[in-house]
Amino acid sequence: MMEKMIFGRYIPAESPLHRMDPRSKILLVFLFVCVVFIANNAITYGLLAVYTFLMVLSSKVPIRFILGGLRIVLWLVLFTLVLHLFFTKEGDVLFQWGSISIYEGGLKQGIFISVRFFLLILMTSLLTLTTTPIEITDGIEVLLDPLKKIKFPVHELALMMSISLRFIPTLMEETDKIMKAQTARGVEFSGGPIKDRVKAIIPLLIPLFIGSFKRAEELATAMEARGYRGGEGRTKYRQLRWGFVDTVMLLILAFVTAALVLFRS
Amino acid sequence: MKNPVVTIENVSFKYDGQEQYALKDVSFQIYDDEWLAIVGHNGSGKSTLAKLLNGLQFPEEGRIQIGGIDLTEETVWDIRKLIGMVFQNPDNQFVGTTVQDDVAFGLENNGIPREDMVERVQSSLKSVKMEQFLDQEPHHLSGGQKQRVAIAGVIALRPKIIVLDEATSMLDPRGREEVLDTIRQLKNDHQMTVISITHDLEEAAKADRIIVMNGGELYREGTPEEIFQMDEELVKLGLDIPFPVKMSKMLKAKGIPLNKHYLSEEELVTQLWTSHSNK
Repeated sequence: MMEKMIFGRYIPAESPLHRMDPRSKILLVFLFVCVVFIANNAITYGLLAVYTFLMVLSSKVPIRFILGGLRIVLWLVLFTLVLHLFFTKEGDVLFQWGSISIYEGGLKQGIFISVRFFLLILMTSLLTLTTTPIEITDGIEVLLDPLKKIKFPVHELALMMSISLRFIPTLMEETDKIMKAQTARGVEFSGGPIKDRVKAIIPLLIPLFIGSFKRAEELATAMEARGYRGGEGRTKYRQLRWGFVDTVMLLILAFVTAALVLFRS
Repeated sequence: MKNPVVTIENVSFKYDGQEQYALKDVSFQIYDDEWLAIVGHNGSGKSTLAKLLNGLQFPEEGRIQIGGIDLTEETVWDIRKLIGMVFQNPDNQFVGTTVQDDVAFGLENNGIPREDMVERVQSSLKSVKMEQFLDQEPHHLSGGQKQRVAIAGVIALRPKIIVLDEATSMLDPRGREEVLDTIRQLKNDHQMTVISITHDLEEAAKADRIIVMNGGELYREGTPEEIFQMDEELVKLGLDIPFPVKMSKMLKAKGIPLNKHYLSEEELVTQLWTSHSNK
């Protein structure tokens, strides 16, 4: 199950999308999320679908892998489709069976909304599939920079994100260790009724929490000893580069948007 | 050589909400280019001392001077540039997501320009022999490797003094050797002062000078030879005697003539296998 999830996973590859600046990628996805709502007929949705499909192709992430990972989401998409089929009552009746009747408007609405939903998820997963978490963090830090004017702690937020990312594997290891230690003391984590299994989490969580607080304190001391005193006057080691690909990608989206506005009814 | 870089004068300190003093009227000096070991068992005040040295805590009484600068709230950031620290837990001092990010962290904090940073990250990783691990993530590294990265992070800032606060106590013997070798090498190359806070007397035996702490007070100060003469006294302080010292003491008791307490295994072995021909 965990192996099949694709949310937040990064697939290394050599592709234009991988080479893009995280800033432009985040911006692109954000704009796409807005643009999707312009579409309102078959042509515009078709256009969006083609665009998304081309983006997926250019990412060089295996399509089979993406679809496999989105299987759970596909069920959700199907569910929205069914909901619309039964509950939207617009246009002519297409099909009637007993008290159940399906309308033309319902079918159209259902298909459009599920396509929209599906495309949104595809594009956002494409972002995380082609960008390392730390790059996303860097991108967000720069993009949110204007918010510093209203005293929004942008630097702190980015640092928090990168430290959390850095500590995920460490905490996983620790969880594993505690689990083994508690198993040795007779706690059963798998099997048994759900009530017992939930209870078994407590002796796992408490040592994990205490350990994390200790870690946090030591980390803070170490950071301070290395001269950390907030974002003020700091330079940055990681550098973001806005390249030709980035401009081209955003231009393409601009063209798609123009076409959508032109063809929408 | 006897040029003091650190002067500690009548320093007392106690933690908030505690009755007992963690440090009581401690005074000593640390000289340029020396390797000083501070030993003592848990609660002897040796780690508190480390925290005072770079202003993570401030003394209640007394004065600390580092590189000729008085340590106060105003000078603390300048002093932290002079004094680098490596802590005990390799995981809890690794801030960056990759090796190079972590080395750069201290440089970023001090506002070093980027071109300079790239060069310093490379050279300091090279000096701890971790240059092939630039993009490695911390969970793929061993404890000793992580500590070497931490050392690189300290070296990159070009400090005068490096403090090892039990930096080897969580490592296996191999990792410990790796780290100590690295420090020795760096000390030779860069003329740094090393202050190693430890309860491992084998490690302390290789220092130029040892300070023994007990109950927040400076108990004894001397060369390793002088300190290990204390024998039983050390055991009473909760410290162990290094194996070669113990061994030579026992051999002496058996009537084998040895002219002193040997601090390292090699020394003792050499003495033993040449003792016959030396007669």
